[in-house]
Amino acid sequence: MTTVDDQSVGMDYLESFPRKFLRVYLPLGLIIFFLLFPFYWMAVTTFKPDAEMYDYEKYNPFLIAHPTLEHIKKLFFDTDYPLWMWNTVIVSVSSTFISLFASVCAAYAIERLRYKGSRYVGLAIFLGYLVPPSILFIPLAAIVFQLGLFDGNLALILTYPTFLIPFCTWLLMGYFRTIPYELEECALIDGATRLQILIKITLPLSLPGVISAGIFAFTLSWNEFIYALTFISSSENKTIPVGAITELVNGDVYHWGALMAAALTGSVPVVILYSFFVEYYVSAMTGAVKE
Amino acid sequence: MAVIAEPVTAQARRSSLWIRAFESRNFLGAMFMVPAIAILILFLAYPLALGFWLGMTDTKIGGVGRFIGFQNFVSLSKDSVFWLSVFNTIFYTVFASIVKFAIGLYLALLLNERLPFKSMVRAIVLLPFVVPTVLSAIAFWWIYDSQFSIISWVLIKAGLLTHYIDFLGDPWNARWSVVLANIWRGVPFVAITLLAGLQTISPSLYEAANLDGATNMQRFRHITLPMLSPIIAVVMTFSVLMTFTDFQLIYTITRGGPINATHLMATLSFQRAITGGNLGEGAAISNAMIPFLVAAILLSFFGLQRSRWQQGGRD
Repeated sequence: MTTVDDQSVGMDYLESFPRKFLRVYLPLGLIIFFLLFPFYWMAVTTFKPDAEMYDYEKYNPFLIAHPTLEHIKKLFFDTDYPLWMWNTVIVSVSSTFISLFASVCAAYAIERLRYKGSRYVGLAIFLGYLVPPSILFIPLAAIVFQLGLFDGNLALILTYPTFLIPFCTWLLMGYFRTIPYELEECALIDGATRLQILIKITLPLSLPGVISAGIFAFTLSWNEFIYALTFISSSENKTIPVGAITELVNGDVYHWGALMAAALTGSVPVVILYSFFVEYYVSAMTGAVKE
Repeated sequence: MAVIAEPVTAQARRSSLWIRAFESRNFLGAMFMVPAIAILILFLAYPLALGFWLGMTDTKIGGVGRFIGFQNFVSLSKDSVFWLSVFNTIFYTVFASIVKFAIGLYLALLLNERLPFKSMVRAIVLLPFVVPTVLSAIAFWWIYDSQFSIISWVLIKAGLLTHYIDFLGDPWNARWSVVLANIWRGVPFVAITLLAGLQTISPSLYEAANLDGATNMQRFRHITLPMLSPIIAVVMTFSVLMTFTDFQLIYTITRGGPINATHLMATLSFQRAITGGNLGEGAAISNAMIPFLVAAILLSFFGLQRSRWQQGGRD
């Protein structure tokens, strides 16, 4: 019996891998397959010549027999894609910096100066975070038109902060709260002004928070769609998401290769940025929910 | 408490007024708030109010509207397309949210296990959330193509189907297709935020439960779920909010078709206001979304209250 016992213990140890495989790795693998398949499909289509793309009998659709760059070439040289890319970069970078500046000031004032009514202002800003762009775009279109901003980068640079500032402020408030008051009190006694304290003490100490907010804000503005679709009309002023969906479809003719190339190349910059700052990105995303 | 003995000149008094102003929290606080408040009032609060007003006018693009009271809402209440969009929005939100929660929680629990390359797996899982929604939606559009759908091809090769599925041509197929695309995009957000919540649960609770002989199911039911419930409330409120007001996926994949079968309230308001030029009517449709949003926000608010109380933090 003892040998059986020993064996069963040994078997248990051996069994744990197959069991863990069934319980954890297999479902995890299936879910990851589901989550990644559209990207794979995007990439395969981008590099496939048209002849292969529409012939599933002769070629296996999952593989590329003769990889080609013709779709990417067409995208970059026959369409306004480089302009869309440039617009997207300009708009995302500017609106991110405007939002960060406004949010750092606001969050510092709410958390540290604690002026009269700061708590209610903080709550109001949080509520602003919950106002979705899809109920704001109609009146905003009217305002953008009245201000003469219609069909220009400035329309987007000024309206994107409406969803970035509430988010960044809320996130930064959480970071500022973790900095000990004593540091600021010391600086005050040494004769520093509030601005000096903000620049020389609070900001450096909450740099991870500022980076998180910046990365997240950048990806949010890169991904924005409804404002860009509504406020921009001419092709050369469009951003990547809007340009791809409106300019690459001629009536009923879908240029799937070029569309997929636009989807792939439009995603790559965000993904690269994300891959360098995963931790910051995740902490921004979960921080906004947890606070 | 120091008494100023020397006489002060008018100039010095004025400058000391400035200094005092800059030392006052209220004045300084107001100065710091200016950039944020200016942008938020001009481009958030004012449009919100303007939206209410527009919903009660017959404004057309490029024209000045007249106040017509609730006439837009009256005509919408007789509009079968509007009611179809309300039904679609609720259908889309309910089914997508339930499945996102189920898969998201399951995925979070899986990621909370001991895994090799854990942080890399987590980074990969989040990709659908990071990539621009419109661009990934274009990929779904291609996957759902009526002639070259890879899903149909695989199912036919596997002998499960005899002909290609018309994913986007049939109303119910189209509804389920966009729900699936929404689930694909939303699962990572739910999973990663819930994972962050799972990681804050103290292992000592599980150890104590183990000593008391609790089964896996009991540990999940009596420790994981109650400890996670505040964050679940918040995450799901956000998720419902994002799903309910979704625009990008529908606009990219179906544009509301076939025969309005996938129109959500957001896409319908875009179609009426921007494509059709009836700003007033579109604004009225947007306004009709607000009661639902308020309900979701209240839910989130009470969820937040509870989490602070449970974690013993300041209110």
